[in-house]
Amino acid sequence: MDFTTPPYLTQNVSVRRVMLQVLAALVPAIAVYAWLLGPIILVQIGIASIACLLAEAAMLALLKKPLGLFLGDGSAIVTAWLIALSFPPLAPWWLIVVASLFAIVVAKHLYGGLGQNPFNPAMIAFAVCIVSFPALMAQWPPVAPIELHASYADRIGEQLALVLGSAPRIDAMSGATPLDALKTALKLGAGQVTVAATLADARSFGYVAGKGWEWVAASYLLGGLWLWQRKIISWHAPGGFIAGLALLAGALWLIDPTRFANPLFHLFSGGTMLGAFFIVTDPVSGCTTPRGKLIFGVAAGVLAYLIRVFGGYPDGVAFAVLLLNICVPLIDLYTQPPIFGMKSKR
Amino acid sequence: MLKQLFNFKGGVKPATNKASSQQAPIGIAPVPGRLVVPLHQSIGGTPHPLVAVGDTVGKGQRIGGADQWLSAAVHAPTSGTVTAIEEHVAAHPSGLPTLSVIIAADGRDEWSERQPVDTTQLAPERVREILRDAGVVGLGGAVFPSHAKLSAAKAVAMDELIINGAECEPYMTCDDFLMRERADDIVRGARVFRDLLEPKRVLIGIEDNKPEAIAAMRAAVEKLGEDFTVVGVPTRYPAGGAKQLIRALTGKEVPASKRSPEMGVQCFNVATAYSAWRALAHGEAVISRIVTLTGNVEQPRNWEARIGTPLADFVALGTPKPDTNGYLMGGPMMGFELPSLAAPLVKATNCIIAGSATLFPPPPPEMPCIRCAACAEACPHELQPFELYWFARARNFGKTQEYQIFDCIECGCCSYVCPSHIPLVHYFRFAKSEIWSREREKKQAEAAKSRFELRNERDEREQAEKAARLAKAAAAKADEKKALADQAARVAAVAAAAASAPPADAEASAVPDAQAGKQALIAAAIERARIQREAVQAKNTDGLNVAQRKEIATIEARRALLPTPSTAADAENAPTPSSQREER
Repeated sequence: MDFTTPPYLTQNVSVRRVMLQVLAALVPAIAVYAWLLGPIILVQIGIASIACLLAEAAMLALLKKPLGLFLGDGSAIVTAWLIALSFPPLAPWWLIVVASLFAIVVAKHLYGGLGQNPFNPAMIAFAVCIVSFPALMAQWPPVAPIELHASYADRIGEQLALVLGSAPRIDAMSGATPLDALKTALKLGAGQVTVAATLADARSFGYVAGKGWEWVAASYLLGGLWLWQRKIISWHAPGGFIAGLALLAGALWLIDPTRFANPLFHLFSGGTMLGAFFIVTDPVSGCTTPRGKLIFGVAAGVLAYLIRVFGGYPDGVAFAVLLLNICVPLIDLYTQPPIFGMKSKR
Repeated sequence: MLKQLFNFKGGVKPATNKASSQQAPIGIAPVPGRLVVPLHQSIGGTPHPLVAVGDTVGKGQRIGGADQWLSAAVHAPTSGTVTAIEEHVAAHPSGLPTLSVIIAADGRDEWSERQPVDTTQLAPERVREILRDAGVVGLGGAVFPSHAKLSAAKAVAMDELIINGAECEPYMTCDDFLMRERADDIVRGARVFRDLLEPKRVLIGIEDNKPEAIAAMRAAVEKLGEDFTVVGVPTRYPAGGAKQLIRALTGKEVPASKRSPEMGVQCFNVATAYSAWRALAHGEAVISRIVTLTGNVEQPRNWEARIGTPLADFVALGTPKPDTNGYLMGGPMMGFELPSLAAPLVKATNCIIAGSATLFPPPPPEMPCIRCAACAEACPHELQPFELYWFARARNFGKTQEYQIFDCIECGCCSYVCPSHIPLVHYFRFAKSEIWSREREKKQAEAAKSRFELRNERDEREQAEKAARLAKAAAAKADEKKALADQAARVAAVAAAAASAPPADAEASAVPDAQAGKQALIAAAIERARIQREAVQAKNTDGLNVAQRKEIATIEARRALLPTPSTAADAENAPTPSSQREER
């Protein structure tokens, strides 16, 4: 035997298996996304994956780390998918590439590579792009019921042309997210427009939130619950995130339902579900102790709500998560659980 | 029955792989022709050899006497002749040799005198002494001398005595079979422990994957009319860890900083209870134990084998398969790979597992920690192993202690679940040994400092004393002078102008006396200083192994035989030996 330290048994687990399960949990949401909002998301996922893998390979070669071992761990692909899913699906291809490069090169490898990045790479990419290219980051496709278009195939062609830059960007093809639409309507209405009236617009809004988007959010929830059942993630961070966001939204909604949307709308809008189950659960940039995860989740949820409702950006999940990433060492330090036999002391 | 079981946190559930060694009853291993009995087989002091090369020993005869209180005697496993007392490779991961008594068996296997005792008629102190001299130690693998665990804490009432039959390590079935086949004597041993510790209740904890053992123990308890409770505990590694079993049965959590009697509980392995009973009621010292031989062998089973059996002889009993590439002693979670099969079977040997590339594939390459905290969830002591790992890697040992590294029991749960395949336990052992060696160095430095300070103090004191003495002598001399002068004056006055004895004579005779005294004082001081220097300076003859000591002895003997004139020759070559010595 060529090893000398116990234990001589290991569970059948690996970083690669963990990452593959995270990817598997994203598949339902991607399927729903592609069906309801156009298959262009699959193209974007492809672009992001290739860009991330190439960037990862280049950095590994540069840093003289074993290429096969680290390329195969799946972490770059997870970052790529999260970037593609959080970006507007009609973003030009080069924007996705810039985001991928920034996430892998700067946010991940310049900080030491796998396991060392203090910030969530996908959220860094999102933040960099929304600050640098606000207009492009605000163009989302309208949820077009298929009957409005000539055919599904035509739509694919139109979207592809936009992404590849071969067609001019015209407003008819893109719009704001439901969250942004509500915020803009409320702002322009200056007290005249109520939330209920805006949400009643059946062209943009569905049962509880943005038309189509609410189903994507529900699929994220489904995938997240599966990850929790597989014990890949614990309930603390997502539970805290959802609770923090929903409680604040609920409190404000109870105070003034004409100005504030109900908590269900917020839970199924924007990046809430993606953030709750796939972003705040990132082990590397998140808290490690159970109480720490809970604090991280609640604080990120509250911040995300504040930024999306009172801030200047359409959604607040990315900035909330990045702000909390900064606090992780401090939270971890002060939430160390008492150990076996020393519980009464603390 | 117990009202409730208390769950301990963490733990893992590896495949138990116990079935293969459960097919046959305990076999009696043949006595080999040559046995190697290491003197140091327990925690604590190394026993000193009580026999010499060439001595004839009987089976069960004490060949190593316990060194101080925390130590346990070792015995001849069979009758025969001591052929050597030498360093021999030991069953230890380092493969370092240890002083061992080599015995050539005479094949008669005759007991030396056995002295069964009735413990109810003896003082507790005497029972503990007998256990120590019979070499009874914790046979669960920790080999802590049992007599040292059999005193209740003075301030705390003993609530529970726990007999540990959990046996949570995969592959291992030696305790299982001992309980199945020899339950009565285990219960009798537990009764002795109960009488010594006087706990309120006795709990026997057995993992619930051993229904036969639970049934056998329950039957034995009933048969012997005891009120012990046999409890099945959920099968989850490391349920057999003393602290985990105590937690599961009593809800008490014993931290690393405390000993369990301080919390009113004590825990013994079933095999320990069994061997204690054999030692007391039958006068049989610990010369054999039950060992599971399993893994990559044709005939896995449990054997009652003599201590000192060379492991090569022992594993041959199971016929290892051809692709066997190594042997583990202990379980696969906490055991270690044997450096050599020349090592003997010892009291700590509870299991030998033949390994192969398929049974224990080499671990996948180590990846960076992704802080998933799976290790923290698996840790039965609720530590944060990944934090400890970061700190140990960074050699930030102060922080590892802050995060309670010494509460780690090295059970291996963290490494078992790590998706990055980091050998966490290895890092923790490294950190612990670094901390220990630093502590040792610190202690040595402190001792040197205090020695230096003491010496300075002493020098100052001696100087002061010397000065005082000199002052006193000077004063005495002055007094003497004065007295002499007075006398002279008186004499002069008496024999006034008459030119009798001149006073200068008297004075001249007094001065040489004082000078001689001073020289004697200085010579004595130099001699004292030399002796002190020799005592303080480290000798290079400390901490030698047996071979070196032997060599020195032969050289000394040779020297003693040499004629003395050589010193005269030396003196001739060195005309001024005294000055040379001073230079030195």
